[in-house]
Amino acid sequence: MIDTMHILGFGDGGWGAALLTAAGVTLALSVLGFLLGAVFGALASAARLSSSKVCAWLAGAYGTIFRGVPDLLTIYLLYYGGSVALTAVSRAFGSAGFVGLPAFATGVLAIAIISGAYQAEVYRGAYQAIDNGQFDACNALGLARLQALRLVLLPQLLRHALPGLGNVWQLVLKDSALISVIGLVELMRQAQIGAGSTREPFVFYIAAAVLYFVIAGVTGLVFRLSEARVWRGTASA
Amino acid sequence: MSEFGFFVSIIPALLAGLPLTLQLAGTSLALGFGIALALALAQQGGHSVIVWPIRSFVAVFRGTPLLVQIFLIYYGLGQFRPSLQAIGLWGLIREPYWCAIIALTLNTAAYGSEILRGAIRSVPVGLVEAATAFGMSRVMTLRLVVLPLALRQAIPAYGNEIILMVKGTSLASIITLMEVTGIAQGLISQTYRAMEVFVAAGAIYISINFVIIRALNALELRLTPYRTRS
Repeated sequence: MIDTMHILGFGDGGWGAALLTAAGVTLALSVLGFLLGAVFGALASAARLSSSKVCAWLAGAYGTIFRGVPDLLTIYLLYYGGSVALTAVSRAFGSAGFVGLPAFATGVLAIAIISGAYQAEVYRGAYQAIDNGQFDACNALGLARLQALRLVLLPQLLRHALPGLGNVWQLVLKDSALISVIGLVELMRQAQIGAGSTREPFVFYIAAAVLYFVIAGVTGLVFRLSEARVWRGTASA
Repeated sequence: MSEFGFFVSIIPALLAGLPLTLQLAGTSLALGFGIALALALAQQGGHSVIVWPIRSFVAVFRGTPLLVQIFLIYYGLGQFRPSLQAIGLWGLIREPYWCAIIALTLNTAAYGSEILRGAIRSVPVGLVEAATAFGMSRVMTLRLVVLPLALRQAIPAYGNEIILMVKGTSLASIITLMEVTGIAQGLISQTYRAMEVFVAAGAIYISINFVIIRALNALELRLTPYRTRS
């Protein structure tokens, strides 16, 4: 027990600081991936709802593929595919040999592409939950399209979307552990490194599980508080 | 190698991993469903001695990444080799296959028990009262009234869980199992043709999930023939 405390502590030879830093990398990776995913998701849901058949079809294909294929495969595709592309570019500039993609940027992009596919569905559902009369009312008030979007539609969209977004966030956080396979030293990878060098895998993976659990719990609370905020001032059943 | 020739060569290679993918998904879903049902039913009584351990199990397995769970079981438990040998479980923990099955099963049991708990709650209390008024025992009510209705109600949500599990089996490749993703990873790192391998492997997973979705839709339709609204 004292041994375990020492291994996970902050003193000499303790892994506490390394694990907490790695947890910070996990959080940063997840937040950036989730935010970029929100952009992809918003674009995809807009395309899905647009009158252009080509746009709607492309957005549908995006959702089907990245929700239907294991996330690990998507990560491999981006990592190896991106590295091949980057190597080709660097060869063109006269450098020889293999060039790897930066793992953090690849991880953010992978999480964004995957979570964007899920977020698109959340935004589409939220948009469709807005009463049609609201659009008429905006017209009747003489609001410009952007004004209507900002003042009337987006606040309501957020209300309907937040529970679904909370689910996608939990998914993103757990998906971020997969980015360890491309060598990024986030929480999972740091736990592997610690387990390997101390030969105490159980301690490190339990520690990692606890940290993921804490991050999921605290950030879940943020979503619940935001939900209370976007619904403030409305009557509840 | 021509584009077409490459595809012809990788598709059979990837399909060789399909039996293992289906085996992992099928075994863990079947075992997981059994545990999920038991956990959901055990919570019906509402005794806190039973409910709290189950709630904690569910929270832990839903709140941590599947990859961490797989590593904890495969590498973490390996640390306790002497004790595991003493109780005869070492044979299981030594094999990556069984570690993957254990992790996937416990994971899907946690999610599944929440789905089934919600589905059981959705059964109108009036029907249970009617069954009691008929003189049905509690077990009979459960078997003839509550479970058939709850399971039918659970089909859409359980369908999502099945699809997530099919995708989840890909993580078994990290502990050396050569299912479809494991083979795909090997092919990509040998040939550096990520796009082609991704398309071929992705198509396999999407086909499996497509068949599952269709089958579940058909099952749902069969069980609710009177429902006109889709």
